Amino acid sequence: MMNSMLPPALIFILGAVLIPFLRGKVKALYMLALPVIVFIILLNLSLGNTWIVEFWGYELIMGRVDKLSLIFAYVFTIMAFLGILFALQVKDNLQHVSGIIYAGSTLGVVLAGDFLSLYLFWEIMAVSSTFLILASRTKASREAGFRYILVHLIGGLFLLAGIVLYVQKTGTIAFDYIGLSGIESYLIFIGIALNAAAIPLHAWLPDAYPMGTPTSTVFLSAFTTKSAVYLLIRTFPGADILLVIGGLMVSVPIFYAVLENDIRRVLSYSLMNQVGFMMVGIGIGSELALNGAVAHAFCHIIYKALLFMAAGSVLQMTGKIKCTEIGGLYKTMPLTCLFCMVGALSISAFPFFSGFVSKSMIISASAHEKIFLIWMVLQFASTGVVDHAGIKVPFFTFFGHDAGIRAKEPPLNMLLAMGIAAALCVGLGVFYQPLYNMLPFPVHYTPYTGAHVVGQLQLLMFGALAFTLLILSGYYVPEVRSKNLDADWTYRKLGRFFYRILDKGLNSLNRLSEGVLMGVVKGLVTFFKSAAVKIALFVSVNIWLLLGYRDKRLEIKKNRLYNDIIQGTLPIGIGAAVAISFILLVFILT
Amino acid sequence: MKKELTIFDNPKNVKRLRNGFFVALVLVLIAESFVEMHGEFSVEHFYGFYAVYGFISYVLLIFVAKLLRKIIMRKEDYYDE
Repeated sequence: MMNSMLPPALIFILGAVLIPFLRGKVKALYMLALPVIVFIILLNLSLGNTWIVEFWGYELIMGRVDKLSLIFAYVFTIMAFLGILFALQVKDNLQHVSGIIYAGSTLGVVLAGDFLSLYLFWEIMAVSSTFLILASRTKASREAGFRYILVHLIGGLFLLAGIVLYVQKTGTIAFDYIGLSGIESYLIFIGIALNAAAIPLHAWLPDAYPMGTPTSTVFLSAFTTKSAVYLLIRTFPGADILLVIGGLMVSVPIFYAVLENDIRRVLSYSLMNQVGFMMVGIGIGSELALNGAVAHAFCHIIYKALLFMAAGSVLQMTGKIKCTEIGGLYKTMPLTCLFCMVGALSISAFPFFSGFVSKSMIISASAHEKIFLIWMVLQFASTGVVDHAGIKVPFFTFFGHDAGIRAKEPPLNMLLAMGIAAALCVGLGVFYQPLYNMLPFPVHYTPYTGAHVVGQLQLLMFGALAFTLLILSGYYVPEVRSKNLDADWTYRKLGRFFYRILDKGLNSLNRLSEGVLMGVVKGLVTFFKSAAVKIALFVSVNIWLLLGYRDKRLEIKKNRLYNDIIQGTLPIGIGAAVAISFILLVFILT
Repeated sequence: MKKELTIFDNPKNVKRLRNGFFVALVLVLIAESFVEMHGEFSVEHFYGFYAVYGFISYVLLIFVAKLLRKIIMRKEDYYDE
């Protein structure tokens, strides 16, 4: 029965095409209906493969349905609904269409059981998300979007090369666990890791995400990185290198987040930090750790979207989003402020908020496996989250110094989207059992033990105490307008530098070779010209001598002929005769 | 004119909030004696380990970030030519 219906990805992608033709309430209802329909289909799916299509002798599986793919499909669909609701007042069809296609392609990636359909949806994802960055229609967004698509196309090529080698080696396009061994697995790993913003392939994320519109960045925050997390859980669980990458990702971006002035870029670094927790979970690879990574992805998508929605609301209503330009907004935007606080408490993993029930699984897993260094890094990073996302974002936006801006609350649909997301954050934190039941492995884990709660509260609150003391004493990092160097420097500055070197090097080489070539050609031309003259003179002088010309008359004749040939004033007949005689001579001599 | 919230314009309220926060800090420290800290690592058995680690981590984060700023900070229009 299910086979007769379209797969969820195509419902979104084909459904999006209709949007530009609809108007007003019909359009709004239609857009909201798409994720609802998809969600109902997902709820009715039975485990196993479905939507299988024959294609050039290969079997495309567009519906690999198991607990792992299903939970990601659920949260992506919920997210699509929230994103659409939040963007409902936007008039720009480009954003609606590309946003919904983007959500659809992510569902395609998550449900793909073979590499061919995976790659297809993977590239649709890259292209459609680029339009969400371009949608701001500013010079900065155009340039960032260009860099974004270039990086992702290169990543896609790595994935494709890996897939081709993999299919050649195994003889099948179906995939599941791959594991790091052999060149093809490394290529696939690089392709996926780039989309997960794994250090050092991460710079596209903080470069491009803050450039989206107030609403499009909400979409961006959810899909690309978490679909990569899903793929890593499926294909490379327990890969040790993910412990290193994850350790770097939880720790390095938080320093940048402390320094960054643009709130949405702070949130972008914070996104990397959160994906880092998932990477560590995948790297540990135990059932508890993988469950933790999945649960954390689920919770993270919602609270990160909530934070980006709050930031988007501020940007939309004030036109500003830099710490140095905003502050004191709680006075006129109390609801947005409240929702932002819920997101901040969730990402900080405060007890009874969603982050607590998911992140603690990963940290506990690292403790169970006795990986002390990673455990210490994760606890350190947890405190770092308190700083940038838990305190910095709400404090400098809604409290801090009053920038004198008196912006109104955003429109009802935006408030509603934030309200639902906030309710989910609290709901998941308190009633975590339904989430645990959806996880891929059976859960034997209790998040709310006295030790967990007290330990976490101490960690968070004494971190907050440090903030209080630092800011009261003036030692806290001052907010300044600035640009902080990151890995994108390599292709934005170093790249330009290499371009210049190549430009200089190659062009001077060009000039040199041009000079050499021209010199040789000129020399040859002169040589042949004078050769022709000499041959002509040799032939003519002998004829003239035979005819009886001597001394002065011969000299005059010789000069005239010489000048005529050199200056090209020779009557054509003689010129042709000279040329032919030259060719004849060459012909005879060789 | 829409009415505004001005609750934190009053220094008294800010002070109340701060005092409430300090009381909460003391409470979570005391709470540790009522629960069994069953850590995998020996450090977790030190009384107040999480409080100390949280505080030190935070201060370290800020000071290292300040040092890092000296290296990586550029003007806002650094990439524009």
